[in-house]
Amino acid sequence: MPYPQELKELIKIVESTRAERVERKKKNEEVPFLSLDERKEMLNNHPDFKEEGRRPLKVGPSKNYRIAHEMCNLLEARSRVNPDDIDLSKIDYETDVLVIGGGGAGTAAALLAQEQGAKVIIATKLRHGDANTMMAEGGIQAATKGHKDSPYYHYLDVMGGGHFNNVPELVEKLVTEAPDVIKWLESLGCNFSKFPDGTLHTIHGGGTSRKRMHYAADITGAEMMRTIRDEARNRIADIKVIEFSPAVELLLNEKGHCAGAVLYNMETEEYFIIKAKSVVMATGGSGRLHIQGFMTTNHYGATADGIVMGYRAGVPVCFLHTVQYHPTGIVFPEQAEGILITEKFRGSGANLVNIDGQQFVNEREPRDVEAASIIKECIGRGKGIPTPTGKMGIWLDSPMIDMLSGEGTVEREFPGKFILYKRFGIDISKDPMLIYPTLHYQNGGLEFKNTGETKVPGLYVAGEVGGGIHGENRLMGNSLLDIMVFGRIAGKSATIYAREKANGSKLSLEHVVRYNKEVAEAGIEPEKVAPMLLPDYTSSSTKARQYTTRYLGTMRTFK
Amino acid sequence: MKEKVAAVEAKMIPIYIMGKKYDVPESLTIMKAMEYAGYKYIRGCGCRGGVCGACSTVYRRPNDYKIYTGLACQTVVEPEMYLTQLPFYPALRATYDFAELTGEPEQIFELYPELFRCVACNACTKVCPMDVEVMDYIAALKRGDIKAAAQISFDCIQCGLCASRCMGELPQYHIAQLARRLNGAYLTPRAEHLKTMVANIEAGRYTECLGKLKASDEENLKKLYTAREMEPASAGEDWTPKENTCL
Repeated sequence: MPYPQELKELIKIVESTRAERVERKKKNEEVPFLSLDERKEMLNNHPDFKEEGRRPLKVGPSKNYRIAHEMCNLLEARSRVNPDDIDLSKIDYETDVLVIGGGGAGTAAALLAQEQGAKVIIATKLRHGDANTMMAEGGIQAATKGHKDSPYYHYLDVMGGGHFNNVPELVEKLVTEAPDVIKWLESLGCNFSKFPDGTLHTIHGGGTSRKRMHYAADITGAEMMRTIRDEARNRIADIKVIEFSPAVELLLNEKGHCAGAVLYNMETEEYFIIKAKSVVMATGGSGRLHIQGFMTTNHYGATADGIVMGYRAGVPVCFLHTVQYHPTGIVFPEQAEGILITEKFRGSGANLVNIDGQQFVNEREPRDVEAASIIKECIGRGKGIPTPTGKMGIWLDSPMIDMLSGEGTVEREFPGKFILYKRFGIDISKDPMLIYPTLHYQNGGLEFKNTGETKVPGLYVAGEVGGGIHGENRLMGNSLLDIMVFGRIAGKSATIYAREKANGSKLSLEHVVRYNKEVAEAGIEPEKVAPMLLPDYTSSSTKARQYTTRYLGTMRTFK
Repeated sequence: MKEKVAAVEAKMIPIYIMGKKYDVPESLTIMKAMEYAGYKYIRGCGCRGGVCGACSTVYRRPNDYKIYTGLACQTVVEPEMYLTQLPFYPALRATYDFAELTGEPEQIFELYPELFRCVACNACTKVCPMDVEVMDYIAALKRGDIKAAAQISFDCIQCGLCASRCMGELPQYHIAQLARRLNGAYLTPRAEHLKTMVANIEAGRYTECLGKLKASDEENLKKLYTAREMEPASAGEDWTPKENTCL
């Protein structure tokens, strides 16, 4: 849907202030960054600070921890399977390392596990590679330019972005392994944007003190994902991929060590038992929970399944009291609602502009501060732009980029978004985009160490399902980095465990029996079932006509 | 602001999903329209943002012999459209030991001899939802120009629609993937600064600096953070900071 006349009129105001803003940008005159105290004040406008948005958990190892209702609903639910129905003596698959999740972290883990000599099975809910990794646009951070940057500055930026609460050992690993990850990807044939002599292009991201964001045009995650997926497919003799078959429960053994999982074939509705010497949990995040009703940038399967399974198996959760809202999600046209507009637009010079054509925030504040500023501008100050569907947005003035860096830059540097908008009849090199914060990242997750290990022996964690690296707020480009760094580490650690430490032979679902009992004793309504697997977008009118159907969570069953 | 499937005031239009008629709001994408109609995706849905290639859709318009294609998450419904989803299209993918390759065009020819079955009909390009010039990159490869193929195919989301319409029965998107990897690893110069940095880290150059940061209390960390020197937005590649401890 192209911009209607009302919005075209408002765009004229943006145009009237554009030349002057471009001039200021050229002279490096920027809106000053907020001080740490001002940031704190601004964050009161952030959804994380709405106490009514959360409640204390009633069950499990992190009982009483206050997190979002939507996440509590899953963690307080009972299992999708009745443990009594499952015959654990019948094993359908057996492997050294089971990787749950086929995104960037899971695939990196599988590759490294295979290199260490393990037989690997990747169990994935959708297709191999259907993950948020594929959707990451802007870039991957790493301090690779020694004349101006080092892991030291990267570390400082990560800690500052995360409000100094990050787990230091995890951050240290993240920043010191970063350059090697880029080197690894380069050797696998990942096409990062480069100068003719091979020097990598790098730009700023929100909260970075140095330009250390490496990218592959504006589809960095897709380029990384398709490269490592292709590599995994070459190792088909050792890496088996089972698609459309999410894990729904972990299996422990008689010693309480992780020893496999129950898989669910979503098409035939059969369950399968998979026995493994160690397990890597790499299921990603939870945007599809639509916390506090926000739209999301996340892919279809981002429903926190790994957190549910790991938590039931005894791993505490951390940092889940914060959720990352990406400052710039599409709020118009509605067909593209929630889709991410990469921070790279701001890194390349595009201003955020209110209804009066004024810039109101420095575009490179950390994401939570940036999102809070946009929400405040729309709700607190009434300076937002009303959309035809009754929402509010802020202009992201993309045409500035062509004025700053030459005509054709937007089309060349942002081909993905350029095409997307062109389909809706909008030329983003001429007209600005209308944006609003969108649910983007699960800052917290399962607790784990810098070796990838969790409290449950044999269970390793990698990627968004784990918490601690990013503290209470992640900086741009550190997620693509995190999945590669910790994916590789988890793959290696899980293989060493499989080879040297795995013991026990009898599979067990006793932990699920105990958990279900705890849920029942807490008096929680029995209709809650998790993991969710897929979100529920069936309309209420359709549901009303499904006379013989009932919904158990997102599961559709006969009455 | 939950993902809305229906705007109350939207005009309803008829569409045919795999032959069956449903009335859906006119502003929806095919994906949201199918969910509105009561379908729940298992296959044929991925990122919902036009980058994963999971939701290839084929459709026809009334009284029009042409076959149209698109991504279900990106294409807006039209009145009376007949649509079918193609959640999986079979195509052969060669396996290879990437570390053994060197970037010679002959390596692609050996792995994908069907490359030369291309008759340049251009059906692949016409069908591509990402506007990739598919036939052009296949032509470039026939000439042995891997670099050009890698560049032209860069926006490929591997949905497989090209392969579905190819009369030479090429798996274009798999061939392009190989070309891009060869380009990235063997035909583009490797980053020298990257090698240096990795070597410096391995030699322990930053261990002490990082150790100090890790041992810092929050107050000191905040002080260092606030005082850190910012690289200006407009700085060139050669910019160096004034303060160079821990570099």
